[in-house]
Order: sequence, then structure tokens, then C-alpha cells
Amino acid sequence: MYTTELQKTAKIENLEDPKLLEAFEARVTADEFIEPKDWMPEAYRRTLTRQISQHAHSEIVGMLPEGNWITRAPSLRRKAILLAKVQDEAGHGLYLYCAAETLGTSREEMVEALHSGKAKYSTIFNYPTLTWADIGAIGWLVDGAAIMNQVPLQRTSYGPYARAMVRICKEESFHQRQGYEIMIAMANGSSDQKRMAQDALNRWWWPSLMMFGPPDADSPNTAQSMRWRIKRETNDELRQKFVDITVPQAEFLGLTVPDPDLKWNEEKGGYDFGEIDWDEFYAVVKGEGPVAKERMTARREAWEKGAWVREAAAAHEEKRRARKAA
Amino acid sequence: MGGWTPACAGVHLMATVAVDPRTEYLLRLGDDALVLGQRLSEWCGHGPVLEVDISLANLALDLVGQATLLLGEAGDGDRLAFHRDVLDFRNCLLVEQPNGDFAQTIARHLLYTTWQHLMLQRLTASKDTFLAEFAHKAVKEVAYHRELASDWTVRLGDGSEESANRMADGLAWCWRFTPELFEVDEILEEMIDRGVAPDPRSLEQEYRLALASILAEANLEAPPEQRPIVGGRRGHHSEHLGHLLAAMQFLPRTYPDATW
Ligand SMILES: [Fe+2]
Ligand SMILES: [Fe+2]
Ligand SMILES: [Fe+2]
Repeated sequence: MYTTELQKTAKIENLEDPKLLEAFEARVTADEFIEPKDWMPEAYRRTLTRQISQHAHSEIVGMLPEGNWITRAPSLRRKAILLAKVQDEAGHGLYLYCAAETLGTSREEMVEALHSGKAKYSTIFNYPTLTWADIGAIGWLVDGAAIMNQVPLQRTSYGPYARAMVRICKEESFHQRQGYEIMIAMANGSSDQKRMAQDALNRWWWPSLMMFGPPDADSPNTAQSMRWRIKRETNDELRQKFVDITVPQAEFLGLTVPDPDLKWNEEKGGYDFGEIDWDEFYAVVKGEGPVAKERMTARREAWEKGAWVREAAAAHEEKRRARKAA
Repeated sequence: MGGWTPACAGVHLMATVAVDPRTEYLLRLGDDALVLGQRLSEWCGHGPVLEVDISLANLALDLVGQATLLLGEAGDGDRLAFHRDVLDFRNCLLVEQPNGDFAQTIARHLLYTTWQHLMLQRLTASKDTFLAEFAHKAVKEVAYHRELASDWTVRLGDGSEESANRMADGLAWCWRFTPELFEVDEILEEMIDRGVAPDPRSLEQEYRLALASILAEANLEAPPEQRPIVGGRRGHHSEHLGHLLAAMQFLPRTYPDATW
């Protein structure tokens, strides 16, 4: 998923029946799946609804930066691959909205929350795609980070979410591969292409690290979410894993990771890396990302311009039913 | 200037390929698919509802796939797609029309895909092995496109007052370009004579009837006939195609030596 957890609000006060709560926690601890009809604590329902809908919004808003290049993809093959990839993301959004709906919130409500700015989506999609190399960088880094986040969620405690994640993860590895393949072509291409590739890495590296969310110390609900198996690894653990896997991939491309403090740490068996600009992260979460306005405007416009289509489909359905009944 | 004919009259302007009738025919079909696929892909991320976004991307994907096969058979597919200018494009005028609103997109798609489906059904019997095999594969995809366009035409035509008006406007925009689909020139005539291409005139009746029945179901009226607008098959396009190509071709044109 795309963590933008800024959930200082969800104080988990327990007004729940302690017996039910205890049975619930036991099931979760035993790694059983919780299903829509099962009893669950209100806070669990709320946290999950927020998390899954945020994830769904991220898939949908995430179509925009890449969609920006479909009409300009440089070969027929690249065009087809990118189209298929962005279409997959729409499918992911759909599965996830469906999963979230099983918790009792309608898709309409979720979409309205997104458009009003109440609901969040991943900060990463508030950065612009300037060159074709950005399409490579997004597949490689952004889908790479998404996989890192999502693989553990296949074992998350809420059944519909876990099953959606299984389907999604199957497609994400193709996404990452096509992105890395673009990077290979660019990094081994002309000097113009190399320049685009390095520039894309420079711009996408730090925002990709931010995708894992705030540091554990500032992530107040992590403990609760881990206990409920809504989350299975902490932000910092996942971020470290991502850096350790990605740095050698950058080296293979002959590109430089834009972090002077990046250094292999033999003792911990991983990389040390520089300080993330958390001010930037929180600003982007608040809606101050470089193209946040463009993204939200595009989503709202699509929705508003599509209103007559949705109304017409409903009206037609209504007429058909009436005719059938008559 | 009455009797003056340019020196190149009758000579093809095709700069990038040596043109024989079969190549020309492949380009006509391939460019139709490419240009319509490109148009539909403009919707990606902006559809009226998520499910529609996915359907339109599906259509676009099928069409880009068809273009890849057809242009690949005509020559170097990427060179043909990205390094020809307007005068060398052979698609019909209908497919290059702007998306407009969703109703115009559906109207365009209905008018094209109904023709394409009927044509592909006949093309499966082509004496040209490549084209026959291509048609066998594509006809299944296009059957679905036709169904989707027909369903949406009915939904919008028989939906709300607004959607019916929009659908009527979309049809009115596109209608003038349908006669081109049935045009037969020397090149096509040769392909028909050799048993390579179906004669579009043989499917015109079925096309008109199919449309009439969908429009009736949708409570829509066919726009009045007007003087046909033609020229696409000879490289004389609408103003819209140049802009479509400018976006589509910019990378390979800007960096002609790059591999992607
Ligand atoms: Fe995702
Ligand atoms: Fe996804
Ligand atoms: Fe993805």
C-alpha cells in the first residue's frame, strides 16, 4: 500500500465489549482472516477503511503521472506496455474500492472524500513526470516501493483486503520490470537518454523513500496496526529493505543515487543513508506537492464531466427495469 | 490554373516506404487502428467512471496491438508509426476525429467498429495468408468493441435527456465521415480483384441495417445524409491528425538515433 498515515486522530478508546474484543484479538493473533460479516472493533473498521481507501485513491491518482506519457510513448511496444500497466492500476483501484466497500462505506463516499481533500493518497503522485525516463523511474522505484509495502499485506488480517493484495501483487512485479527495462534502455542509450535517466533518479529517489511513511518514532499507530495485522512491518524496516535492494540496481544501471551519505554498513548488513526531508513530506501530505493541484483538478474534472454519463446509465437501467416489470 | 497538374500527380507522396497496393492496404488498416488506439488512450485516467476507463484502455490496447501487426507487416512498424507525416498517413477521417465528450467517442467508435467488424469477418477469407490470420485474431476483439459501443449507444440514447442530446450531437459530428468507409479506389479495386480485400460495398447494406437497428433501440435518429467528406486514404486529412501526430511522434522525432 501507499502509506500516508497521518492518523493522529484515531485514539483507540475501547468502548467495545471486552469479551468480543478478546475473541477478535485471539483470532487475529492466530492469523485467521476477519471477514466482512464478522464482528470487529470500530477502530479496526475505521483504520482499515482509511487505509484501503487511501490505497485505492493512490492507484487512481497514480494513473495520472504515467497517463501523461501514454500518448507520447516512443514505440508501439512501449505504448502497449504502458497502457496495460496504467489499466492495471485502474483495476487495482477497483478491487480496493470493492474491498473497502465491504466495511460499509460506499465508493461514492470515498471518492467524495478524495475530491474534498479529506482523504489522502500517496504523496509520490504529486510529483511531475517530465521526461520519458520518469516512466522508467516510476515503474522501477514507485512500483518497487509499492511491492515492498504490499507483499506483507497479502497476509493482512482483513480477508477481502488480503485477497485484493494477492491479485495486485501478481501484477506489480510486471510493473516494476517494465520500468527497470526502460531504465536499462535509457541508461545505456545516447547521452541525452542517460541525462534523462540520471535526472529522473535524482528527482524520484527521495520521494520514493518517503512512500514508506514517517519514521517509526513519529508513527503513533504502528503498534496498534501491527497488533491487528493491518500492518506487518514497520515503515523504517520496509524503507531499509527498499534501499538495500534498490542501490545495487542503480549501480547496475551506472546511475548515481543522489545521497552523499549513502554507505554500505557491514555491521548491520545494509546501507546507511541520509536524512529524509520530512518537512517536504508533511507539506506534500498537506496538499502542497508540486503538482497536487493538477492531480486533484484532473480527478475532479473527470468525475464532474462524467456525471451525466453515470446519471444516464442509471436512468437507462431504471427504464429497462420498469419496462421489464410492465 | 485550369488545366495545370502538378508533376507528381498520381505519384504517391509516401516518403518512407516503396508503395505497392498490398502495402498501401496494410497501411490503411494499420493506420486506422493506430490512430483510433491513440485517440482512445487519451481517455486513460479521465474516464467518467473507473469501469469505463478500463474498457476504453482495453479497446486502445487491442487497437495498438492490431496496428503493431499490420504496420509490422507493411515494413518497420515503429518507423512507419513515428516517422511519417500527415500526407503519408492512410487512415480514414473518422478515426482521427477528436474524442469530444464521451458520447462523441462512443458515436465515433460505433460507426467505425461496426464497419471494422463486418470487414474483418470477410477478411478472414482473404487469399492473403497474413491478412486472413490477422482477421481471425482481430475479429474476436472487435466483436467485443462493437458490443461495447452498441451497448453504450443504447444506454446514452435511451438514458437521460442530456445524454440523448449529446449522443445525437456525437453522431452528427461523425456521420459525414462514414461514406469514406465504403469508398473504392484503384488500389482497393486491385486488392479486391486479387481476393485480398473484401469489397466494402458488399457490406454497406448490412452496415446501414445494423446501425439503424441500434439507433432504433437507442431512440436516436440517424443524422441527415450530406455530401461525403473523404480524403484520408490519400493522405488528405482533417486538421486534427497533425496535432495527434505531433504528440505521438515527438520523442522518436526529437531523438532519431535513440533506442527505447
Ligand atoms: Fe498499490
Ligand atoms: Fe497498483
Ligand atoms: Fe503498479
